[in-house]
Amino acid sequence: MIQAPRVLALATLLAGAFAAPALPQAADRAEALGDPARGLALYRRDCAFCHQIGEEAQNAVGPHLNRIFDRGAGALEDFRYSAGLARMGDDGLTWTYETLDAYLANPRALVSGTRMSYRGLRDEQGRHDLIAFLRANSDQPQNIPESAPTALPRQPDLSAEVLALEGDEEYGEYLAAECTTCHQRSGADAGIPAIVGWPPQDFVVAMHAYKQGLRPHPVMQMMAGRLDDEQIAALAAYFATLGE
Amino acid sequence: MTLNRRLFLASATAVTATLAAPAVLGQARPRVIVIGGGAGGATAARYIAKDSDGAIDVTLIEPTRQYYTCFFSNLYLGGFWEYENLGHSYGTLAAEYGINVLHDWAVGVDRDAKTVSTAGGHTLPYDRLIVAPGIDFIEGSVPGWDVSAQDVMPHAYKAGSQTQLLKHQVESMREGGTFAMVAPPNPYRCPPGPYERVSMVAHVLSQRNPTAKILVLDPKESFSKQGLFEEGWARHYSGMIERIGPDFGGDAVEVRPDSMEIVVDGEVQAVDVCNVIPAQKAGRIAELAGLTDGNWAPVTPTDMRSRLDEACFVLGDASAQGAMPKSGFSANSQAKVVANAVRADLTGSRLFPARYSNTCWSLIAPEDGVKVGASYEPGADQIESVSSFVSQVGEDADLRRRTYEESIGWYEGICADIFG
Repeated sequence: MIQAPRVLALATLLAGAFAAPALPQAADRAEALGDPARGLALYRRDCAFCHQIGEEAQNAVGPHLNRIFDRGAGALEDFRYSAGLARMGDDGLTWTYETLDAYLANPRALVSGTRMSYRGLRDEQGRHDLIAFLRANSDQPQNIPESAPTALPRQPDLSAEVLALEGDEEYGEYLAAECTTCHQRSGADAGIPAIVGWPPQDFVVAMHAYKQGLRPHPVMQMMAGRLDDEQIAALAAYFATLGE
Repeated sequence: MTLNRRLFLASATAVTATLAAPAVLGQARPRVIVIGGGAGGATAARYIAKDSDGAIDVTLIEPTRQYYTCFFSNLYLGGFWEYENLGHSYGTLAAEYGINVLHDWAVGVDRDAKTVSTAGGHTLPYDRLIVAPGIDFIEGSVPGWDVSAQDVMPHAYKAGSQTQLLKHQVESMREGGTFAMVAPPNPYRCPPGPYERVSMVAHVLSQRNPTAKILVLDPKESFSKQGLFEEGWARHYSGMIERIGPDFGGDAVEVRPDSMEIVVDGEVQAVDVCNVIPAQKAGRIAELAGLTDGNWAPVTPTDMRSRLDEACFVLGDASAQGAMPKSGFSANSQAKVVANAVRADLTGSRLFPARYSNTCWSLIAPEDGVKVGASYEPGADQIESVSSFVSQVGEDADLRRRTYEESIGWYEGICADIFG
């Protein structure tokens, strides 16, 4: 089931490489080279914690990815981009098949100073699949009904009360000292992701995702594992105030 | 520097002093002295100064102007980290946090008068004293070795010129020579440290001197991350490393610096480089202050307060606190609990429950990183582990590389957290 499309995609790739004298258009290439269904799986694994896509997608830790194709880098007005990404946008970087491919392969190589804490995807076919998936969400003018299931990141099981908890910022500041042994207050993020300036609710969701074992990192599972709902809310409230 | 009568008396009357300790609420600018500017002391000083917004007068006494971290010094040995990048100065703590950084040796503590005396002739009063001197070596623990032999057989277990010396010795070792390490008995600073060091030396030798041998003489039956290290050694440095445990004389090693020989189980062996890591105890000033019981300074698990004096805290390697390993991460973690407690003592600020944690990353070979960690809470008598994790044998190369990258992120993070 997985084998057949992979072989086909590879065959297409080879045929494309040998036969086509001119590069096909972005839309053709994305779907020809990659499998959007496999791209969805990758998207859920690697992207969905920070980015939303599809119907009702909003900016979260990262900007929403609807209509990413041909969008200028750093172009969404209501998202606060890193200086590095904004600068590249000003310099004329636009998201095309080639630029997305390079960015996904090694984000910092394309955009120095990007806040996207993604190590990059070395597997070329994986990038083709992921880009094909992104492409499938880029045609329509807005909010794409058929991709609704991807609008929600993998959510931990959380009650509305937990999400609505008001965080005690001063307590959060004390608790945050445990985080800042590794995560820098300045927002620097080499090797370890930045956690400042997140929308509080995203922070709460992420911590509960570690606590419930949905996110995989052992240090974070341990750290989150002994935080109660109030402590998580306190941390979310405090870290949201940093990096403003 | 010898124990004077007053100090001895102070020690004897510690319990009385504890009961009588006055609250200093309301006093203008209460004073905190921190002895030792490492991962524990500098963090405590910074957090107290930062969070009290100038309400507390903080003095940090540290002899060196440039502090070299022990953590990551093995990576320098292995050629993965620059020496300059191990060094940190105290400029930011002084300039941005208003900490009085005094480059001097603390040589005595009068706990009755609540003063610290320094080699430079100062006598400084305190309301709360934080003692974070790290480790010293136990004399005579390795027969034939004392500190005067450190230029021949370096310990390199306090980072700086010792680390540079050991690196130079490893790199200039004769072809096919033997690097020996005398490993320390428990408890000691950085449990995986000696074995990460063996890995880094093996990496250097496998590149420059592949017929060389490494001999580890170990008084311990087992050691931290043992399965991970041994699996990595077999994979990366097959046949190069031999470890002799206590069953075969690893616990009774004599060294002869003059002739570059070691004696194991009665057998004399010539070696080319010999890294002696002696048995350890709390930094000397903790003992001079009368805060030690045996080799270490006992503290309460709730806030690292000395069991012998309520106005004193001991943190980091020098403390006897229970289950936490002696590490820079632990000291940094403990320092934040101490800072919170000291502020509450002196300014009545909110007191939050203690939370402790530790993670130790180790590098086995290029991009082959592993880690071990745990979280801790105060128990009835000592700090206890509540949960833990460790890297697994057989993890894929991507995960090991990510772990290594993470350790670099951690280094930058903790240094920013310690030194501002």
